[in-house]
Amino acid sequence: MADLDQAPARAGTHRSTTALAALAAWWRPYRAVLTSRVRAQTSYRGSFALDLASSVLIGLVELAEIWVLYRSVDALGGLDLAAVLLVFGIADTAFSTADLFVGHVDTLPRYLRAGTLDVFYLRPQPLLAQLVTSEISLRRVTRIGVGLTALAVGLAVNDIAWSPLVVAFLVVVLLASTLTFAGLFVAAAGVQFFLVDASEMTNAVVYGGRYAATQPASVWGKPLVALFGFAVPIAFTAYLPVVALLGLPGAEWLPSWLGWLAPLAAVWTWAVALLAWRTGVRHYQGGGG
Amino acid sequence: MTTASGRTTTSAPAIEVEGLTRRFRVRSKGFARTEVTAVDDLTLTVGAGESVGYIGANGAGKSTTIKMLAGILVPSAGTVRTCGLEPVRQRRELARRLGVVFGQRSQLWWDLPLAESYRILAAVHSLTPQRERERTAELVERLELGGFLTTPVRQLSLGQRMRGEVAAALLHSPALLVLDEPTIGLDVLSKQRLREFLLAERAAHGTTLLLTTHDMGDVSRLCERVLLVDRGRLAYDGSLAGLSRTVGARRVLVVDLAVPAADLHGVPHAEHLDSEGGGLRQRLAFDDAATTAAAVLAAVSERVEVRDLSVEEPDVEDVVRRVYLSRGR
Repeated sequence: MADLDQAPARAGTHRSTTALAALAAWWRPYRAVLTSRVRAQTSYRGSFALDLASSVLIGLVELAEIWVLYRSVDALGGLDLAAVLLVFGIADTAFSTADLFVGHVDTLPRYLRAGTLDVFYLRPQPLLAQLVTSEISLRRVTRIGVGLTALAVGLAVNDIAWSPLVVAFLVVVLLASTLTFAGLFVAAAGVQFFLVDASEMTNAVVYGGRYAATQPASVWGKPLVALFGFAVPIAFTAYLPVVALLGLPGAEWLPSWLGWLAPLAAVWTWAVALLAWRTGVRHYQGGGG
Repeated sequence: MTTASGRTTTSAPAIEVEGLTRRFRVRSKGFARTEVTAVDDLTLTVGAGESVGYIGANGAGKSTTIKMLAGILVPSAGTVRTCGLEPVRQRRELARRLGVVFGQRSQLWWDLPLAESYRILAAVHSLTPQRERERTAELVERLELGGFLTTPVRQLSLGQRMRGEVAAALLHSPALLVLDEPTIGLDVLSKQRLREFLLAERAAHGTTLLLTTHDMGDVSRLCERVLLVDRGRLAYDGSLAGLSRTVGARRVLVVDLAVPAADLHGVPHAEHLDSEGGGLRQRLAFDDAATTAAAVLAAVSERVEVRDLSVEEPDVEDVVRRVYLSRGR
């Protein structure tokens, strides 16, 4: 009886707990795979530590490259070292985060050859969701650390008029850039259904894109602008937001207000990525398209 | 059709296939493409609870059919219904009612022990904790997995891994289990265990079985019905006894002799196939319906001294070849 009396009062919290339970039930298959991957990767402590260290090293070498470049020039494409540090920080943090969560999807040909994808068909989750959550590259965390450090230093040494809007802008840009790079990985996977030996080509776009993202887009040549400015919206991941944030003039073909459109670039990339994935799966199933 | 549990829809046929056709375009030379028909106008129905052997030579279209049943491949023409569902459109729903063991590709995680693989698969199929415990315990006991449940899969023997794969495919209690070459490469004992388990699983849960195999032993011990495909077409549909009657599935007596002898022609109801080692080992095919292994051995022993012997079961390839011959090809 006491339970009955209290029931109406608890209805509200009950609804939110059922929603939470539904979410937990939805997440359970993915969580099960991911936690086992994390455990497997961290179980060999020595090699995991080595992986982490080498990941830091690569990040530092790329950072050093920029520093060396700026020892001989004061500014490149309208960006000085402080500004470029910010570009590098945003781009590298976003890319490494995307790489951590979805980087393995562009090894799809390996899944195709091993027949792992056929196994995914036998499980009641969407194929792409299964592929994304089938692995996680934990060793990238230190690489994210390098990116975040560059970002923090960049934010400190630049003259930024701090406001809640600026903070919100940075958060949105980081999120959008991460999504853009993640979309790039997924698009590359979709293409690889057609061209199983095309990983060299897709790597050129994905990793070339990462490299281009850490550079001032204003120094790009015309073909690069066409490719990474719009088709693959790399300029929107870090360069344009920084130009907008610092109030710099930017390049004439890319007005600085475009920096506010970073989320749009993420949406565009994902539209292309999902189309590529869908077309790739159709091709794999032999349904035409 | 929206029932949550596969068990409740056992009244619908497990497999309904009509006019099923699958063509592949294969790049032959340069840019020229030729079309190959892997499955050609296949029509068949497998009722719930049946146990069916799906046999045929390599490249006869068996794997292609299975991929269409599971929703991995889209048919070029015709319709498929698996467990009452359209495989491609309702793949995720179908995944809850269908289990597949691919002989060549693994469901399991190589670097994890079976126990953890099953924990993950239970989560993948949203089993309740109680169902997970019961079903895992049942499969571990029946398939005798207890001894190597905590060993990483990559360290298991082929026989152990295969049993592990079968348990993985059955963890969510599918209404239909498809096995693609489940006994390939297994030793005699492992084969025997696996067959016994499949019989018990079917008896206990009414699971429908469809298996492709090269081993006539699998078919004769597990299947009530045989479907023989030849170049994508259904060449025979009926009992194994009927198939043997049609083509005279022959067993082979292999004898090792004390001293090399001339080819053993003219043994009643037996045909000399070949000789090795200058006549030291000879193979004779005989028809089970006309004679017995003992009678053939007796006839051979009258002529030469036999030191060792073995009997080979009829091979699917041999049966298929003889079906072709009997149809005058």
